[in-house]
Amino acid sequence: MLRYLSRRVALMVPTLFGVALLTFIMLRVVPGDVVEVKLRADGGHVTEEILQRERTRLGLDKPLPTQFVDWMAGLVTLDLGNSMWTGRPVVEEIGVRIGLTVQVAFMAAVISVLIAIPLGTISALFRDTWVDYVVRVFTIAGLAVPSFWLGMIIILMLLTVFNWSPPVTYTPFLESPLQNMSQLIWPALAVGYRYAAVVARMVRSSIIEVMREDYIRTARAKGVFERMVVGRHAMRNALLPAVTIIGLEFAFLIGGLVVTEQVFNLNGIGRLFVEAISRNDFILIQALVMLLAAVFVTMNLLVDLLYGVLDPRVRHA
Amino acid sequence: MSQLFHLGEGCQDTRTQDANGSILSVEGLVVEFHTSRGVVRAVDGVSWSVRAGETLALVGESGCGKSVSALAVMRLLAKPAGRIAAGRIMFQGQDLLTLSEAEMRERRGRDIAMIFQEPMTSLNPVLTIGMQLAEPLKIHMGMNNDEVRVRSIELLSLVGIADAEHRLAQYPHHFSGGMRQRVMIAIGLACNPRLIIADEPTTALDVTIQAQILELMKDLSRRLGITLVLITHNLGIVARYADRVAVMYAGRIAEEGPAARVFGEPRHPYTVGLLRSVPRLDRPRGGTLETIEGAPPNMLKPPSGCRFAPRCRWRQDICATDPALRQVGPDQSSACHFAENMPPAAQPLSDYALVPPNAGGTLVEVNGLTKHFPMRLGGFFGGFTTVRAAQDVSFRIARGETLGLVGESGCGKTTVGRVVLQLEKATGGQILFDGEDLATVSSQRMKALRTRIQVIFQDPYSSLNPRMTVGGTITEPLRKRLGFTAPAAQIRVDELLDQVGLLREMGERYPHQLSGGQRQRVGIARALAMEPDFIVCDEPVSALDVSIQGQIVNLLAELQGRLGIAYLFIAHDLAVVRHLSHRIVVMYLGRVMEAADRDALYADPLHPYTQALLDAAPIPDPEVELRRTPRALTGELPSPLSPPQGCVFHTRCPLADAQCRSIIPPLREIRPGHMAACLKI
Repeated sequence: MLRYLSRRVALMVPTLFGVALLTFIMLRVVPGDVVEVKLRADGGHVTEEILQRERTRLGLDKPLPTQFVDWMAGLVTLDLGNSMWTGRPVVEEIGVRIGLTVQVAFMAAVISVLIAIPLGTISALFRDTWVDYVVRVFTIAGLAVPSFWLGMIIILMLLTVFNWSPPVTYTPFLESPLQNMSQLIWPALAVGYRYAAVVARMVRSSIIEVMREDYIRTARAKGVFERMVVGRHAMRNALLPAVTIIGLEFAFLIGGLVVTEQVFNLNGIGRLFVEAISRNDFILIQALVMLLAAVFVTMNLLVDLLYGVLDPRVRHA
Repeated sequence: MSQLFHLGEGCQDTRTQDANGSILSVEGLVVEFHTSRGVVRAVDGVSWSVRAGETLALVGESGCGKSVSALAVMRLLAKPAGRIAAGRIMFQGQDLLTLSEAEMRERRGRDIAMIFQEPMTSLNPVLTIGMQLAEPLKIHMGMNNDEVRVRSIELLSLVGIADAEHRLAQYPHHFSGGMRQRVMIAIGLACNPRLIIADEPTTALDVTIQAQILELMKDLSRRLGITLVLITHNLGIVARYADRVAVMYAGRIAEEGPAARVFGEPRHPYTVGLLRSVPRLDRPRGGTLETIEGAPPNMLKPPSGCRFAPRCRWRQDICATDPALRQVGPDQSSACHFAENMPPAAQPLSDYALVPPNAGGTLVEVNGLTKHFPMRLGGFFGGFTTVRAAQDVSFRIARGETLGLVGESGCGKTTVGRVVLQLEKATGGQILFDGEDLATVSSQRMKALRTRIQVIFQDPYSSLNPRMTVGGTITEPLRKRLGFTAPAAQIRVDELLDQVGLLREMGERYPHQLSGGQRQRVGIARALAMEPDFIVCDEPVSALDVSIQGQIVNLLAELQGRLGIAYLFIAHDLAVVRHLSHRIVVMYLGRVMEAADRDALYADPLHPYTQALLDAAPIPDPEVELRRTPRALTGELPSPLSPPQGCVFHTRCPLADAQCRSIIPPLREIRPGHMAACLKI
């Protein structure tokens, strides 16, 4: 087990290195850099000389391989560098915002999964009845509706129907849980809808498949109560593919937050990302991409480990 | 809930049997399935009953409704498609169809248990054996954990699983197919049921394991006084284990009666046909098998009148009217207008002999063939181990001759076939085809040789491309390998379809529009297209129904007689192998155990494994079976991953001693032309 784990962690390194290389190259092939954005935005007269001086200060004049090696060396020593725009350490920029994003993501994931699993199961058990149709319409809508649009609808609905709008200023959870939740539940719902839809559809189809298995017939032939046939015999098997989707979609969830944070005017990682890109803040973009990649790879590993817990065939293989 | 429970208790006390002593009687059962193409009456007015302590066999080919009628008894038909449209199912004096779902659930697993065909998929892969065994005990008997544990261990020991305590914590994937079926039996026995319904319980198992499981079931049912309903297509099993037989055809009962009478004096032409179409080990080898022509009807629109009439060789005008099931003898009934004057089941022996192998000399020579597969051990850092799939296998096949290759799963017979076909490279040894070493010939030459070596696969469903018409499948190699023009290829396709007994129009059809037997004929036509000298037949009839199996066996024999093709016939059914082969090689765990001419091998098997195989195969005749005392081979088939040291058979051999555990016995010529690998002969 430990050997398996260490091997899997070791395998994450080349994956992350690939991501780093790709991101680095993609950022540099696009014309323009932070210096231009920064100085041109100030308007006025910027001479080529000033531009060059600023580039030298930020290390943008060095040959690309050197820049890459510098960045890698920083990564290895956990020094992510300073933002090219604000000059503050990247870690700090991310640090102040990450709590909010992680909280929204977790709320979205928990709510979605709690809704999706029973919904998918009921839909499967009442297959081709009106219950199933309602769930299917609900989940198809979840795939079709973009989260930012849903976010705007939620805000408008709260305003027009309840004449209430969520607090504008962010309150940390520990300071005032209620205040905090009343602000963050809405973006969580907006991004979680799609997540719930994807998971519910997966659960539905895998329950339908599992209910056709011979061992379900065996369980019934033993006189097992129908609720145990579903709860014990079918669910344990049907959740295996669902776990994969839950894990992988979690990473997409963070992607969805990039836009939704704008809509809800939340100062989180997503918004930082958008700002960094619009300012060509290479160092910050690279750090954020690496962070997301790390989340993705870790989720993958967690899914595989969870598989071992749920499926004895994997555990003993 | 508690009230319901009392009701259940009450019924338990009044265990009654009806007037003629039946514990279960199915009366006028009609089961319908609603499909997208219409309503299928899978079971159409079927009645059968079983007396307490008796074993009833439901026999018939696939789709005849035997499993469906059993599932109807359990009320476990697939919902919502399946529906019981009419009839009564009387169990201990009560109609099961009138019970509520909750009352029915209480009976399942407690009064009636069911064992299914597929041991590999019938147990839940993510729950331990102990948990699955405990369920009925807790639900029906209300046992606490300690009682469950004691009873579980008792049950596993009862079905012959050693080290029961430890095995309770294991998962199904730790068990072999035979062992899983034992677990299924243990689950079935858990609450001391009155009746066990076993749906093809051994069809997926090897012959020697099949014998173990059936012996176990028979022994337990006698000892514990359990009534058994055995559903099977294997007439030998019926003859060995059943007291009564009900033969089903196309959703109806064709004939019903005591086993001895149904086999001895069958009263329905379908029964006669079935009995005649299986080759038998206890009779001199006949010529062509007498078969039932055609295939069972499409149940969406079954023929009016007698459903068997379209295939019946004694059909008369009156057969257009429905024959009722009627009493035709003491305790025997039949649904045939001519039940009283039925020909005997014994096949009239024709004096046709197997085509003598022509003297053209050796075509295929295999010398010391060895095939090892590297196999990854568990875990990412785990090393490799070697599976010795075939070790030092040698044989010769003359032109126009058939060599039968027999053995149980994992014995390496399919591997040998694949290596001979050069689909796998041999690890060692030599394969000479018409004097050329297949391992060393140039790829150009190999291409030319390949047209002369063809193959017929086991599964007629997956071995044809579903998106190609039959004609297209056969034409492709003709155009691409032999350079036929389109019109020439068409003529050849028609010729080949004639040869394998298919209508020329079938060339336009797609595989899913054909029956299993027809598909296998297409497979044969495809192989014949290249005008091969040699065909490797890998279990070509084992996926087919009995009546269809006979047709294909006859076709293969006839083609050999006409075209002089040599066959390597790989199979596990000893009777079929005997029927077709000139010489036979018996394999076990990758090694040749015995090799001899057909008659010598069957008349006087030398190797204890061959003897056990022949012993384990039941013969479709209750009288013969009564005189035989089957000695079921004990023990499991060892894993090919870690075959036993010394003689691979020593773990299950009745003759084995210390010597056998250390020395690998060489294949020796014991009598002229009769080789065996055993130290004890």
